[in-house]
Amino acid sequence: MRLWLTSTALALSLAVPAIAQDYVPDPMARQGGSIIITYKDDVATLDPAIGYDWQNWSMIKSLFDGLMDYVPGTTNLRPGLASGYEISEDGTVFTFHLLAGVKFHNGREMTADDVKYSLDRVTNPATQSPGAGFFGSIKGFDAMADGSAVSLEGVEVIDPLTVRITLSRPDATFLHVLALNFASVVPKEAVEAAGADFGKVPVGTGAFKLEEWTIGQRLIFARNTDYWRAGEPYLDQITFEVGQEPIVALLRLQNGEIDVPGDGIPPAKFTEVMADPAQAARVVEGGQLHTGYITLNVKMPPFDNLAVRQAVNMSINKERVVQIINGRAVPATQPLPPSMPGYTQDYAGYAFDPEAAKKMLADAGFPDGFETELFVMNTDPNPRIAQAIQQDLSNVGIKAAIKSLAQANVIAAGGEPDQAPMIWSGGMAWIADFPDPSNFYGPILGCAGAVQGGWNWSWYCNPALDDEAAMADSITDPAKVDERMAMWSDIYMKVMADAPWVPVFNEQRYTMKSARMGGADALYVDPVSIPVNYDYVYVTDVQ
Amino acid sequence: MAAYLIRRLIQAALILLGVSLVTFFLLYLLPADPVRQIAGRSATAQTVQNIREQLGLDQPFVVQYWRYLSGLVQGDFGRSYLQKSEVAVLIWARLPASLLLMAGAISCELLLGLTMGIVAALRRGSMTDQSLMITSFIGVSAPQFVVGLLLLYVFAVRLGWFPIGGYGTFRHLVLPSLTLGILGSGWYSRMMRSSMIDVLRQDYIRTARAKGLARRRVIFRHALPNAILPIIAMIGIDIGIFMGGIVVVESVFGWPGIGQLAWQAIQRVDIPIIMGVTLVSACAIVLGNLLADLVTPFIDPRIRLR
Repeated sequence: MRLWLTSTALALSLAVPAIAQDYVPDPMARQGGSIIITYKDDVATLDPAIGYDWQNWSMIKSLFDGLMDYVPGTTNLRPGLASGYEISEDGTVFTFHLLAGVKFHNGREMTADDVKYSLDRVTNPATQSPGAGFFGSIKGFDAMADGSAVSLEGVEVIDPLTVRITLSRPDATFLHVLALNFASVVPKEAVEAAGADFGKVPVGTGAFKLEEWTIGQRLIFARNTDYWRAGEPYLDQITFEVGQEPIVALLRLQNGEIDVPGDGIPPAKFTEVMADPAQAARVVEGGQLHTGYITLNVKMPPFDNLAVRQAVNMSINKERVVQIINGRAVPATQPLPPSMPGYTQDYAGYAFDPEAAKKMLADAGFPDGFETELFVMNTDPNPRIAQAIQQDLSNVGIKAAIKSLAQANVIAAGGEPDQAPMIWSGGMAWIADFPDPSNFYGPILGCAGAVQGGWNWSWYCNPALDDEAAMADSITDPAKVDERMAMWSDIYMKVMADAPWVPVFNEQRYTMKSARMGGADALYVDPVSIPVNYDYVYVTDVQ
Repeated sequence: MAAYLIRRLIQAALILLGVSLVTFFLLYLLPADPVRQIAGRSATAQTVQNIREQLGLDQPFVVQYWRYLSGLVQGDFGRSYLQKSEVAVLIWARLPASLLLMAGAISCELLLGLTMGIVAALRRGSMTDQSLMITSFIGVSAPQFVVGLLLLYVFAVRLGWFPIGGYGTFRHLVLPSLTLGILGSGWYSRMMRSSMIDVLRQDYIRTARAKGLARRRVIFRHALPNAILPIIAMIGIDIGIFMGGIVVVESVFGWPGIGQLAWQAIQRVDIPIIMGVTLVSACAIVLGNLLADLVTPFIDPRIRLR
């Protein structure tokens, strides 16, 4: 069977993974006006092959497009620069037909050569892209990674508007990978002209183009009047003011000077803001693909003992931890967040039961508990959360010393097999790159991540589960999506039985906006555009 | 004078070399891997290794330092690991803002500190003296983050006299300068007070008064130039304290200086930026001290440069 998909919603509904109806334009939306967004940190880069923090992620999304995209405000895939695509029956060959007449910001028309160039570039080690690993399933990736090739064997230009991508193995997540910023299409001549500075002078096909960048002060995005999605975006201009403390940004929002504080509501002000009905009305709450967890290093005694890990799971009062962050989360039962496909709805997780935990520890040979260390990133509220965890652990006899360190040091300690017995993941916690259950497994729970310098800080490696994961990801038939999700659900249930983590909470998102900002709430808690989907929000005070 | 200047410049170069060596070594020892920060969480071991080799981070310390130093003497600060931009460009873009803030802060601390110190010395033992010294004590002790937010809330949010953060006009400069200057003014007022009290006891002041000179003339013409000498030397040393302070103050007020750049680089283990900012800061401190030493003989003829 070969699937032929056009960009109509009906045809898309057949595609893998989940593709739903496209966006219905907001009848209230008006074109024009400008908004101001603030951030504390300066923007590191706008190069889609390099940018990998939540701040520049949505900016890059507005400057560039890839072959795939998401329906605004949802986790549902839709084609981006592709007018349609075919997937071979075995799920290893993807043929994309590109939209004609799409222009880069420099005026040149985008072609299949640009798609190939962009994928070659992101996987070329010289680019140093943090996203190169996502393209591991494309044929020829290994030769690119080891430097023996300069072009991906699996990416072929068929004609100026057709590109064929061959995978070395079936990969059910591949369309999601193509929706990542790393897969954005860039013009070769602009990249080569700018060299390493392309991130400061980005040229894409996106809804906005970079008009001005004053380092340390502001970036101004202007509407791309030639944008290929007719009628979009709505805003004429977005100004990103950087270097603003979140608390100062909130004061400015309250003063009517800005429209969205990009770093959110500062924790210390959250209760005050939510207690004021006028302000609370301008806060949009939504879920996000995030889980905060404690890793238990299975290579370090006594966490090599399953009963100990299970006892720790039963000793943490997650409700209380949620209270520490002003209720801005929901207690977690499993590695996947509730809004992720594959989440097991009827699984309650380990019950909070310190008495039973104590008994389990005693049965495991630790009647008096033991001493251990809990690593934590040193920015608020993480040390406070660590203290709550420490107290819960002491209630069952475990004396955990808190090691509060800079983010990079915690990451380094977690990447060593014998340094960090426990890590509270806050500030470094996993937020999905794309809405697929596999994204929560490989690097943080799979054997591939349990290596020196890896991100699997519990050092949990279960080869049988790795095999199951590989099998699940090889199911590319859209008719078998449910089967694949059931497999993933089962994998995470087995992980929970082995208890290498204590999933603590799933953070909620709260985006505050000015009164003049319009657009559906979903755009302000867009799962893939944090804080806001810039292409679809609008202001209500334009004539 | 010329020989003195040359000797001091050579000393300055040696100090900067020492600073670069120590900082580079400390960053080398740091238990955090910059390559992991660059490679991201989805990187394969092969990608990590490639990046390590490209950046030369697989080389021994001596080789890495030598490479850095070779670039440095040619004016090449390297490229940021994460931003990929040239460090010199990033620092150069932000340096004017930090220098402006420093100038504003020095003006504030001199204006406040000297005035408070002089008034306190002239009214020694009075309520005014005690209130001023308590105020200066608060100025020295108050955390700059808190002072900054307090000033911002009162003068920008409540009274609306100044903008809420930002950069560009004189009005933007006032509150961050004041925040940074309050700390120094606390020190200066105390120093100025004791220095002034000391000078006012001198014979030449008594003589000036005995001659029947006006009180204002005695203070400003005879006492002040002598009392201010220790303060001048302090300004040079102060630049080091400023460099620490601007990290916080720039952050509170959204001031686009090198303090913010440094803070972000430290969080992300962006070694070339950390090195660049450290060296530029060290340069400012060394030059500040040199300038203070060069200016002193012009104010106090008793001092000669050797």
